[in-house]
Amino acid sequence: MKKLKRITSALGILSLLVIVLTACGSRKSLSQQDVLQNDRANNTITWGVKADTKLFGLMDVKDNQVKGFDVDIAKAVTKRVLGKNGHAKFVQVTSQTRIPLLKNGNIDAIIATMTITPEREKQVDFSQSYFDAGQSLLVKEGSSIKSVKDLNKPGTKVLGVTGANSVANIKKFAPKARVLELSDYAQAMTALKSGQGAALTTDNGILYGMATQNPGYQVVGGAFTKEPYGIAINKGQGDFKAEVNKALKEIEADGTYNRILKKWFGNVPGFDYKEAAR
Amino acid sequence: MIYIVTHYWSELVQGIGYTLLSSVIALVFSTIIGTMFAIFEVLPNKAMRVIGRVYIEIFRNIPLLVIAMFFYVIIPLYVAKIDGFTAGTIGLTIYTSSFIAETVRAGIQSVDPGQMEGARANGMTYWQAMSKIVLPQAFKIIIPPLGNQFINLVKNSSVLAFVAGFDLMYQANSIASLSLDTINSYMVVGVFYLVITLPLSYYMRHLEKRLAN
Repeated sequence: MKKLKRITSALGILSLLVIVLTACGSRKSLSQQDVLQNDRANNTITWGVKADTKLFGLMDVKDNQVKGFDVDIAKAVTKRVLGKNGHAKFVQVTSQTRIPLLKNGNIDAIIATMTITPEREKQVDFSQSYFDAGQSLLVKEGSSIKSVKDLNKPGTKVLGVTGANSVANIKKFAPKARVLELSDYAQAMTALKSGQGAALTTDNGILYGMATQNPGYQVVGGAFTKEPYGIAINKGQGDFKAEVNKALKEIEADGTYNRILKKWFGNVPGFDYKEAAR
Repeated sequence: MIYIVTHYWSELVQGIGYTLLSSVIALVFSTIIGTMFAIFEVLPNKAMRVIGRVYIEIFRNIPLLVIAMFFYVIIPLYVAKIDGFTAGTIGLTIYTSSFIAETVRAGIQSVDPGQMEGARANGMTYWQAMSKIVLPQAFKIIIPPLGNQFINLVKNSSVLAFVAGFDLMYQANSIASLSLDTINSYMVVGVFYLVITLPLSYYMRHLEKRLAN
């Protein structure tokens, strides 16, 4: 009898916790203010950028600044939205943290190698695409993996990053392969080097950056998906989104876009700069 | 929250399976290894005492994540091909064993030295006295702190997420990014951890009561 009582009390505690947690979970997000108004008042736009991705957003340990294509585009857009003295503030995000940070209002917009997908569009709004990437594979030179088809065997392990669209794509293109999700690209690269997987998959732009940093590794198979990158903005921020889109069109029209593209991708082997120029 | 549970049920079940498997393996081996090093530390032989001390101080004072990453990245390069689950579980075992060793040592030392002397005077060897007289009394004393270590072990198994070990935490990260519902994903997983740790906690308390005279 005593034992029964103890079990019921344990169950009671557990169900109480579930109820409390459910109640917390259904609370609305805090960011209901107008982002454009706030940013104009502070003369600052806070951007979520990657800090582990060469060419797009990589932390330079010498001066503690994040540098890359995404960062330069964000700076250019900030100048168009807020005027010449507009200030761009950068917060580091990962594939996994970027949407929660945006929804909590910690950042105003995400410009972090983020592919526009229908699932994500249910959660956030996207600007027009600012870069056309495609998913590809990075392997050790001399690897038997030549394309995504070679991965579709039981027991093949493919490395990806949690929260990246590319992981879901592999499940589609090579359903028999097992995907190992790591927390960021640096870790995924380390895992590739220590032989934890046969290939590392993500967008080609990121992979080219990794290949230039890690001799002995190459991008194979070409792009097997289309991954247009967009700037993500919270739902209900139509004014801000319109301003960002306008700014993107302006920098494409006046050549700023191509200058930034050339700065980062002009000398990357295997990257067709002309095709990506706008 | 209900949506996460129903929609990602297979991922969650897989996660709880790997978490339980890793926890049970680590619990068994860390108890064995921990007890072994605890005995090293109380042996009359000084060299053995030093070995015990060095092992405990090294692994007790390095973050678990570093130990797990060492087995995930370095060992496959030079020694043997081990996957994330194995690497994480080995790391978890070694890390926890150093804490269990300290707990067991404290237990052994809290048993009256007269017990050992009496057993030896009655003709038992050192090992007989240790295993039949001292250790049973020591374990009775250390059940509450040992229970703490076991609960910590289950929670620490979340280190597997960082080496792609398919455990609950790994699934949580994955579900959070698939469903884009971060808050509820982690809450569901929090509840799943409770489902493992609460019964463990109750069992340890039960054991403590049963063994108290």
